[in-house]
Amino acid sequence: MDMAVIELSRLQFALTAMYHFLFVPLTLGLSFILVIMESIYVMTGRPVWRTVTRFWGKLFGINFVLGVATGLTMEFEFGTNWAYYSHYVGDIFGAPLAIEGLMAFFLEATMVGLMFFGWDKMSRISHLMVTFFVALGSNLSALWILIANGWMQNPTGATFNPETMRMEVTDFYAVLFNPVAQAKFVHTVSAGYVVASVFVMGVSAWYMLKGKWKPIAKRSMMVAAAFGLASSLSVVVLGDESGYALTDNQKMKLAAIEAMWHTEPAPAGLTLFGLPDRETQETYAEIKIPYVLGLISTRSLTGQVEGINELVLKADERIRSGIIAYGAVEALKVDRTDMAAREKFEMHKADLGYAMLLKRYVADPRQASEQQILLAAKDTVPNVPVMFWLFRFMAGLGFFFIAFFAMAFYCASVCQFEKKWFLRLAVAIIPLPWLAAEFGWVLAEIGRQPWAVEGVLPTFLGASSLTIGQIWTTIAGFTLLYGALAIIEVRLMIAQIRKGPIEPRPVDRIETSANGYAPLPAE
Amino acid sequence: MAIPFDYETLRVIWWVLLGTLLIGFALTDGYDLGVASLLPFVAKTDEERRLAINAIAPHWEGHQVWFILGGGAIFAAWPFVYAVSFSGFYLAMFLVLASLILRPVGFKYRSKKPDAGWRSRWDWALFIGGIVPALVFGVAVGNVLLGVPFRLDSDLRSFYEGTLLGLFTPFALIAGLLSVAMVVLHGAGYLATRIEEGPVLDRARRYGAIAAGASVLLFALGGVMVAGTQMGFRLEGVVDPNGPSNPRYMTSLAQGGAWMANYAAHPWMIIAPVLGFAGPLLAWVAIRRRNAALNFAGTSLATVGIIATVGLSMFPYILPSSIDPQSSLTVWNSSSSHLTLWIMLLVTLVLLPLVLIYTAWVVKVLFGRITIADVRTNPDFY
Repeated sequence: MDMAVIELSRLQFALTAMYHFLFVPLTLGLSFILVIMESIYVMTGRPVWRTVTRFWGKLFGINFVLGVATGLTMEFEFGTNWAYYSHYVGDIFGAPLAIEGLMAFFLEATMVGLMFFGWDKMSRISHLMVTFFVALGSNLSALWILIANGWMQNPTGATFNPETMRMEVTDFYAVLFNPVAQAKFVHTVSAGYVVASVFVMGVSAWYMLKGKWKPIAKRSMMVAAAFGLASSLSVVVLGDESGYALTDNQKMKLAAIEAMWHTEPAPAGLTLFGLPDRETQETYAEIKIPYVLGLISTRSLTGQVEGINELVLKADERIRSGIIAYGAVEALKVDRTDMAAREKFEMHKADLGYAMLLKRYVADPRQASEQQILLAAKDTVPNVPVMFWLFRFMAGLGFFFIAFFAMAFYCASVCQFEKKWFLRLAVAIIPLPWLAAEFGWVLAEIGRQPWAVEGVLPTFLGASSLTIGQIWTTIAGFTLLYGALAIIEVRLMIAQIRKGPIEPRPVDRIETSANGYAPLPAE
Repeated sequence: MAIPFDYETLRVIWWVLLGTLLIGFALTDGYDLGVASLLPFVAKTDEERRLAINAIAPHWEGHQVWFILGGGAIFAAWPFVYAVSFSGFYLAMFLVLASLILRPVGFKYRSKKPDAGWRSRWDWALFIGGIVPALVFGVAVGNVLLGVPFRLDSDLRSFYEGTLLGLFTPFALIAGLLSVAMVVLHGAGYLATRIEEGPVLDRARRYGAIAAGASVLLFALGGVMVAGTQMGFRLEGVVDPNGPSNPRYMTSLAQGGAWMANYAAHPWMIIAPVLGFAGPLLAWVAIRRRNAALNFAGTSLATVGIIATVGLSMFPYILPSSIDPQSSLTVWNSSSSHLTLWIMLLVTLVLLPLVLIYTAWVVKVLFGRITIADVRTNPDFY
């Protein structure tokens, strides 16, 4: 295992996934805001709402294409960069991705063309249906990708098959209705709705400040304020549900988020602030609210929230049990019919993944020394200070958005969105929900380390057998390409916003050369 | 719930479905790639370019999903193939993705600014986004026929020992050019159904006719090379089509000429190469007679025939290994589990017809020839 290959593969995946996730949340939310706006148009029949819908639809379109373009990379990146992962869990993980294509991508991508090109080709109500299908399709795609990701966090309904050397589905229903996946789905789409609401608020506030397009801006702000308040409440409440789901399966992640080095007597306190130190395994300058963590995460007064050190001891035990399973798999490789090995494997198979943590230190886990087992057990602790702070920023922003949209509601009724300070604030905070969304994503993924699939496959074993040169080539390529597209995208967004919701006059808009045509590219 | 089909049957069904998805991709997105590849040649002025672009603009996004779904379905049904092929063809895959990424932005952003330089740059981006994937797909298929230099260890981890430039062998290049000719033919056939009579359509017919001739020649040349050189693999010894998906349980051998053996064993398969020749010829005749519907039918048959020929020639192989035939991936050793194949079949049977129905509805709503006048007046056009 060349660790540089692993680190570079992780870097590339992080870069491409986080870049992709700049566009996805806005698509998720703005598509539903379009549905709301167009519904008002269909119900009232007032042309101003058509203009409102079409204007936000243009911004939606600029953002949507980059979501589609960068999504292409994601669909194939498991195969290109995480080939062993793909082989090892493809039997389970591939299915939601394929269903995502069939159920969600086809719907949104087929309908989106009609949404843009079909305004004059169908009745109002049909066009509204088309817009709704675009929103439904994009949100369904979030459902399936989070079923896939939820399985990585909580791999239910599957077992290792030594004959094929991979995980295989035993209970598809369990994969589908994985509680972690459900909690993640509602939390993630709500985050997308907040992103879009803040975006619509901010852009409209800019128009209000400039004194331009006020009737359109005010109407947009009304929709965004209502949608934003509902979704910022739901993102926080359902985020809490995600935390509850963690206690069953990812105790380590929860302990790391709370920088809880040792198990506390129940009910544990919630740390508001502190300075976690990985070396001394202490959290300095802690400010704690008693009882709250225990209440949130176990929904009881007596439930225990386990600390990091206690969990490392458990990992140590599981590594030892995993080594037995590993030995049995090696025996079954030689002789498929070895019943004794088969029996041993069945008893210890749940811990097989833990033995593979040792492969970082020794090629054959059966030869591992006590020292190596200890190292591997300690590897199960993710980066505590990073987790601790990411979570606090994300959650803090979540509460801030609730306050902001509550304020927006108040402003709507009291001052008709005319207060300058509020408008300036709305423009200034446009980037914040993106930050919160990216933090949340990173938190979920860093918190699962060292695992690609919790307790099943360590990340460092999942990568493809590539060379460092190959990965640097693609990292450089993607960075250049994505960087250029980001600049172009932001410029076009700003240009479109500056231009505002004017409907172009149906004339030849192109500035052409003397003969009436733009020059050929070859010339 | 008991699964009503045995493992072997489901594997064959999923092999057929994989082919269906690839053909679906080539039939739909194929003409988008073709139109993009033809863009600098059939459309000279800005309005002509916009005419060609808007003929595919409302549809390419949905078509691209066939490609994405192809990736997802290979992942779900043939995880070995997904893992080995995409990591093996690593840089080639990057080329494909990078050029395909240019396409959505090219369509959407090109006409956002009146600046001629801006538009010309995006036209080049669209051209690259059309021709590079078409070429690389063909080259990749050529390499699959030749065998790919990978081996699996006892953990079934795959190691690839080739290079990017090593992919471009003479035979693979012929396959790549055939793929380009095929999408160009199909793209020209599509334009003939969707744009008004005029200079663009005349040029599309001319290039379509050339591409028809090239397809026939390259397909024939490829066939001669497959039959005449040391190409092909066959399974040896006991083959259990219901066995676990582990290539180490089967024995594969490289054997020249083996790719022709299926046609002797199953003469009905000859229909695929026959279509591969008849399709372009039909398109050529239709171009002469200015019959757009027949033209498009011909180009579609050509696409189906050529792709089906590759699949049928190799059956049961999907991804043979040139350096370690033992590691070769076949229909019998590289699929998902019995249960996953069954569930995914159910899902596909429910959802794919729905996809076809609403796609047809969208095509119907937007059907009709578009004109230069539309380009000038429609505010929604790119």
